[in-house]
Amino acid sequence: MTDLDPTTLPSAAVRWQTAAIAKIEPNTPRVSSFWFKPTVPFAFKAGQHIDIRLTAPDGYRAQRSYSIASAPEDSDLVEITIERLDDGEVSPFFHDVAQVGDEIELRGPLGGHFVWSVADGGPLLLIGGGSGVVPLVSMLRHRAAQKSSVPMLLFYSARTWDEVIFRDELLAMHDARDGFELAFSITREPARRPIDFSRRLDMPIIAELLQRLPANPARAFLCGANRFVEQAAQGLIDAGLPPPHIRTERFGV
Amino acid sequence: MATRGFFGRHNDPGTEGRLPPGQHLTHDFPVLSAGPTPRVKTESWTFTLKDGPKPIAKWTWDEFNALPQTKFLRDIHCVTTWSKFDTNWEGVLVDDILEAAGVEASTAYTLAHSYDGYSTNVPFADLTHGRAMVALRYEGQPITPEHGGPARLLVPHLYFWKSAKWVNALQFTSRDEAGFWELRGYHIYGDPWREQRFTGD
Repeated sequence: MTDLDPTTLPSAAVRWQTAAIAKIEPNTPRVSSFWFKPTVPFAFKAGQHIDIRLTAPDGYRAQRSYSIASAPEDSDLVEITIERLDDGEVSPFFHDVAQVGDEIELRGPLGGHFVWSVADGGPLLLIGGGSGVVPLVSMLRHRAAQKSSVPMLLFYSARTWDEVIFRDELLAMHDARDGFELAFSITREPARRPIDFSRRLDMPIIAELLQRLPANPARAFLCGANRFVEQAAQGLIDAGLPPPHIRTERFGV
Repeated sequence: MATRGFFGRHNDPGTEGRLPPGQHLTHDFPVLSAGPTPRVKTESWTFTLKDGPKPIAKWTWDEFNALPQTKFLRDIHCVTTWSKFDTNWEGVLVDDILEAAGVEASTAYTLAHSYDGYSTNVPFADLTHGRAMVALRYEGQPITPEHGGPARLLVPHLYFWKSAKWVNALQFTSRDEAGFWELRGYHIYGDPWREQRFTGD
């Protein structure tokens, strides 16, 4: 885990700035994409995140981190996704109150480990659970924007077909047959395609995924709920991947 | 700048003075790690005190457990904005580690190292006078692997990325050397009360 990418080294402070909401579009019944136009555009690497800060009239602030979904090539507008959490504080604001034209505060890019660019090469194994797919989608969009042929496989676990974020875009990317392989696992429904699964990630799935790549992955990026990520990481180690090749980003207990 | 239409939930009045700026209280214990949880066995576990590249003292698991054990009841603060109150830890004060080694601090700076290759820098002044320990137990039980077991550094007055999981060495360095996250944009010191999350904060 010690190898360091010098291009992500922060050269200066990452300052808070104002950004306007430029576009809002639903992704799934509970997840929407929000596009922000920062006052001062910034370059970033696929996999990085931004922090967003909301301020109440009395000065109270709430702050959250969101992975960037858009490709580094589209640095004018920054896309994130927000899942509605009914008992949440920030997500109901974005889903029920926020409108195009509203201004919020954000800063970025943040995070210098869970990042990939085409120059880093591959093959790459991406494993995402639920909204953990978002930084991986940024990597895939970056790969597509660069017309890269780096072999890449995304395993994306969701509860239902309708909860798959960016589903049509991912299916279209897969249809390009340019070295990107896509495997869904829909854990509460039957698989829709013969190459998909309908159960939680286990050792037979890991063995199958590794076979679908032309060579062992040079790096694996795992993002999702902690238990999902930890189980996937330990499975990959059991399958022979060296631990330093596995990078994780987790949420929850 | 007030955000149009945002009123927020606000923190419990009882948290005033205990919750650093920008933090919210959590009752669970989220897990954040940049890589897989390493498989560390106590049979082969060691902890090394180093002066630059030179090892000064080294303990096995049994030897380390025989050092004086101290209890901490502390609030902890993660840079991702959660804080957790009244966490119970037990382990060996850094003061007692140096005492057992029969040495004094050789420089003002340290780097903590971990089994997975992680490192983080902490000024020695923040480790001494009972401010920090190598923790071996959490809430009366061995620390679970995903929370840094068998042993993690515990520097509760700094953001929790400074409390290195799976710690296996403490090294005196001649200057303040940035560790894993500090090299990747996180603040070199990390004081939650001054909200030092990232470089320049």
